[in-house]
Amino acid sequence: MENGNIKIETKNINAFYGEKKVLHNIDLQMEANTVTAFIGPSGCGKSTFLRLLNRMNDYIDGFRKEGDVLINGVDIYSKNTRIEELRKQVGMVFQKPNPFPKTIYENVVYGLRIQGIKDKQKLDAAVENSLKRSALWNEVKDDLQKNALSLSGGQQQRLCIARTLAVEPSIILMDEPASALDPISTAKIEELIYELKQDYTIVIVTHNMHQAGRVSDKTAFFLSGDLVEYNDTKAIFTSPKDQRTENYITGKFG
Amino acid sequence: MKKEKIIEGFLFACAAITLLTTIGIIWVLLSQSFSFFKEVSVWDFLTDTQWTPLFADKHFGILPLLTGTLLITVIAMLVALPLGLTIAIYLNEYAPKGFRKVVKPLLEVLAAVPTVVYGFFALVVVTPMLQKLIPGLSGFNALSPGIVMGIMIIPFISSLSEDALYSVPKSLREASYGMGATRLQTAFRVLLPSASSGILASIILAFSRAIGETMIVAIAAGQQPRLTLDPTVPIETITAYIVQVSLGDVPHGSLEYRTIFSAGLALFVFTFLLNNISFWINKKYRQEYE
Ligand SMILES: Nc1ncnc2c1ncn2[C@@H]1O[C@H](COP(=O)(O)OP(=O)(O)O)[C@@H](O)[C@H]1O
Ligand SMILES: [Mg+2]
Repeated sequence: MENGNIKIETKNINAFYGEKKVLHNIDLQMEANTVTAFIGPSGCGKSTFLRLLNRMNDYIDGFRKEGDVLINGVDIYSKNTRIEELRKQVGMVFQKPNPFPKTIYENVVYGLRIQGIKDKQKLDAAVENSLKRSALWNEVKDDLQKNALSLSGGQQQRLCIARTLAVEPSIILMDEPASALDPISTAKIEELIYELKQDYTIVIVTHNMHQAGRVSDKTAFFLSGDLVEYNDTKAIFTSPKDQRTENYITGKFG
Repeated sequence: MKKEKIIEGFLFACAAITLLTTIGIIWVLLSQSFSFFKEVSVWDFLTDTQWTPLFADKHFGILPLLTGTLLITVIAMLVALPLGLTIAIYLNEYAPKGFRKVVKPLLEVLAAVPTVVYGFFALVVVTPMLQKLIPGLSGFNALSPGIVMGIMIIPFISSLSEDALYSVPKSLREASYGMGATRLQTAFRVLLPSASSGILASIILAFSRAIGETMIVAIAAGQQPRLTLDPTVPIETITAYIVQVSLGDVPHGSLEYRTIFSAGLALFVFTFLLNNISFWINKKYRQEYE
């Protein structure tokens, strides 16, 4: 792996909820403009690890981590990092669509409004741009003032992606973004991920192995808080090196 | 089987007593007011700018009492609303969990202090303090009991609003943080709007409590019905007037005596309207947000 391309790097990550240790010594390097998938059975620590990358665990009582997370070579847990700036760089899409109970328009411009941007033209442009990139524009362009909660689940999730894109991050973290959606919406989201990879570094958690196979370039397999295997997705699915990986992808457990 | 019948009967009796009491109250208010309005025209009652039933030159205009009530209530809300909401946001977003657990019940004690105590507090502590700041302030005035009442009703707003904020789904918070929002931005742009119906309910409750409050104003506002919005002079509220007459030596059955029922009816209609308006606002708001 050439070092110049490393976007995200974790070193010796251990994570704890209270006394319980849920991640053991995770070292991982993720490349720019690739899609990295985290797979593994439920409860193995995928979400915890993902949320370390934008410090979303910071507000959880009793959470503690050891080790470093570097993004563009910079330690994001250092005293000099402003957490708000970090999160503008590292956007996040959650498992359940979570649009605000506001209009579609206001959802998309939320991240810009909190940056103090008021210029109507700028906001309008951002709305159109982001909704186009999240493949939602054609469906909603005539009712931007409609409440976001009136959209279908799949549309809501694409709106959440649009909202994240509007902030112009360079990394997008997705925690099982399609697990609450129907197959057609899921296919749309997967297609979208494929498109977005041109411009973004994407990390996606999924416990759907086929999805990992379809959308990702690299795959990391987690089991009970350990990183068991990390490799090109193709290699993981065709010639896993670890017996446990093979067991998992052939459906012997999990 | 028999036991169940007894319990059923008991429950029915409880319900019936509540209902009958309500009907009884309304009946007394209406019938007494009816004989009042045989002697005083409704028009005078609603438009006359003086309320002097106990003087030789009698006037029966409810407006001074109504403005007095509103004035004090508004002052109380001006104190309670910003403080209550700030406390709610602080407890919900910033305070450590243990702190929240201790402070919330402590705050609720504020609402449990007997109102007589607040009344004297307003009269002998707050008013003299305010007089140092505002030289023209009378010994009895609307400002001091208004402020003290505001403090009393803080927990209505802070506690219920905090509950409402607490019940906003974590996923909405995280969505906001995830786009680079600070905690304060999240509180104002996501939590408050999402919790709006609960917060509105808390405001309504605090408002009703303030309107119905009697002792504080009876003690510290002076008992002078006066049509004014000036908070520095003595005024009287509807409830304070009712207390004044009930405790005084006005003969039962006289016209003077019946004024308390007409004033009570006015208060009843007033709060009834307020409740309906707020109910309506609440419903409208809910539709927008859910
Ligand atoms: N907020 C929390 N408090 C305590 N334990 C937690 C919390 N979140 C997750 N865990 C525990 O940490 C482990 C990893 O969870 P998670 O990262 O959510 O796994 P995954 O996303 O792979 O399903 C699980 O055992 C889970 O029970
Ligand atoms: Mg998870």
